[in-house]
Amino acid sequence: MTLELSHLNRRFAGFSALDEVSLSIAPGEFLALLGPSGSGKTTLLRILAGLDYPDSGSVLKGEEDFLATPARERRIGMVFQHYALFRHLTVTENIAFGLRVRPWRTRPSRAKIHERVDRLLARVQLDGLGGRYPTQLSGGQRQRVALARALAVEPDLLLLDEPFGALDALVRVSLRRWLRELHEELKLTTVFVTHDQEEALELADRVAVMNQGRIEQVDTPEVIYHQPATPFVCEFIGKVNKFGVRRHAGGLAAGAWVCEGDPWPERYNAAWAYVRPEQLRLAVPPAQPAWDAWLRHIYLAGSVAHLDLHVPSLDQSLEADVASEDLARLGLQAGMRLRVAPRSAVLFAQDAGGHTVERERWIWHAQDRVHA
Amino acid sequence: MTSRLRRRPLGWPRRLARLVLIVLALVFLLLFLVLPLTTVFIEAFRQGVGAFVEAIRQPEALSAMRLTLLVATIAVPLNVVFGVAAAWAMTRFQFRGKAFLGALIDLPFSVSPVISGLIYVLMFGAQGWFGPWLERHDIKIIFAVPGLVLATVFITLPFVARELIPLMESQGSEEEEAARVLGASGWQMFFRVTLPNIRWALLYGVLLCNARAMGEFGAVSVVSGHIRGLTTTMPLEVEMRYNEYDYVGAFAVASLLALLALLTLGIKTLMEWRYGDELATHAPGGH
Repeated sequence: MTLELSHLNRRFAGFSALDEVSLSIAPGEFLALLGPSGSGKTTLLRILAGLDYPDSGSVLKGEEDFLATPARERRIGMVFQHYALFRHLTVTENIAFGLRVRPWRTRPSRAKIHERVDRLLARVQLDGLGGRYPTQLSGGQRQRVALARALAVEPDLLLLDEPFGALDALVRVSLRRWLRELHEELKLTTVFVTHDQEEALELADRVAVMNQGRIEQVDTPEVIYHQPATPFVCEFIGKVNKFGVRRHAGGLAAGAWVCEGDPWPERYNAAWAYVRPEQLRLAVPPAQPAWDAWLRHIYLAGSVAHLDLHVPSLDQSLEADVASEDLARLGLQAGMRLRVAPRSAVLFAQDAGGHTVERERWIWHAQDRVHA
Repeated sequence: MTSRLRRRPLGWPRRLARLVLIVLALVFLLLFLVLPLTTVFIEAFRQGVGAFVEAIRQPEALSAMRLTLLVATIAVPLNVVFGVAAAWAMTRFQFRGKAFLGALIDLPFSVSPVISGLIYVLMFGAQGWFGPWLERHDIKIIFAVPGLVLATVFITLPFVARELIPLMESQGSEEEEAARVLGASGWQMFFRVTLPNIRWALLYGVLLCNARAMGEFGAVSVVSGHIRGLTTTMPLEVEMRYNEYDYVGAFAVASLLALLALLTLGIKTLMEWRYGDELATHAPGGH
């Protein structure tokens, strides 16, 4: 059943953790709450878990008032950031906990509990470790025990709080692929909190980007990445170059570069432009408008090379990304001069006072698609 | 760097300093701790085992032991309930006046025990606030067992709470929240998650609390009235016998208290050795 969150507000002393948050969570979807720390994402998760309550607003599950339902009756599985495994219980006892605390009428028999725990241990690839205590497990193993414990109660909703935060990079990647596969298999509605955009974009069906207690944008990872709704989303997701453009005779321009088309004739005379590093063309033919840039440094990071370009006419540096194997093909070397222009950009209007008008977004694409 | 320093033999000034310090500490311990403690036992058995047994079989001694046990049996469970509740409130909730509550819990450590006893006399004594009312209803608190219990509870109030607060603070509430989300009721959460996590610290607190409850002198002395056989606990009995020049009797009862202290110390050391990581780092002071 769809979970409908509307107009949630939550204030803590001095700041607003949630500010008019509305969101609907479809059954079976994998939703990421992404944002910097203090953006309210964990508060939102805790409200869903019944560990915190909003000052105002509602959460409906179909017709049912989810907020009026006590935490223990919400049919939720939750994996805490530091796993919160019961340190005095073995892995088996941890996983069985949610079944053992049920009132005797709904509690499965000993044999049933045993069977389910065994099945879950196999599912999370921890067969044979049931007798261990949490302190005897590695981080990745603890995380999987926490997941098995959450799944044991057969929840309708799985909540994960920074599930990979405490793991090292290698384990993190393999665990998140595994989690995605598990989700494909179980089709369990899953909400997870993360500050890692790569994790969110890679795992989730939809991503809700949060900032200062508000949801800035909720959409699929592709849309979030290519059509960011607000300047914050532009800057928070992926890397981005930012520069100002001003109205000239030919349209909105920055230095020698002009973007064709004009969404705001006679309304706004300036805007902020955001360009992704991979959307910068590096060898623009002389016929087309472009900036003269100086390639200051090449940072080779495995498969991708980051180019540090200084553009005197903008009086700032831009970053461009190219595949490492293209370096030689394009004959790129530190110290060389290049003609550089964006392939696409996201623009936000600026009013006369210099304030960004977040509602006025324009996604611009170069008309002549010449590949550099 | 440090390991190389450590492996290098110490120069003679440092070796001398180390020796002097160790000897100083040992002499101090011997003089002020071991010697008096041994004296207690020597004095108790000075006239033979027969006299010792005779001394502690006197009805006053037996009644003092019974009373001490009774007071501890009431005071310690009360403090366990209060200590757990206070530690829970202090570590799981944010509220106005939390720092004040913390200071209040420590109050019995900072107030002289005699004052603590006096407070109860001023409140419940014949000339106290509630004195006339109590007298009308024929309720005796001061110079009676309830007064002894009240004074002991007050004196031992911080022991359990002070032991639990730092531990529960460091453990955090995530496990409890996990239990709740998994469907545990409040009591299930407490008995299956909270209590097992604090059990050793709680036992440790109970042990210290009990030692103090049985050994308390000052506060109890003020409210007791020293009625032999009725309101005399073991420490008071020791004092009374000593004042009556009954040295063997005094030291015999004292040796029982000392034995209790040694036993507590033994269990405490054993627990620190065995469960050190689960106990709070600093034990409450003020014995």
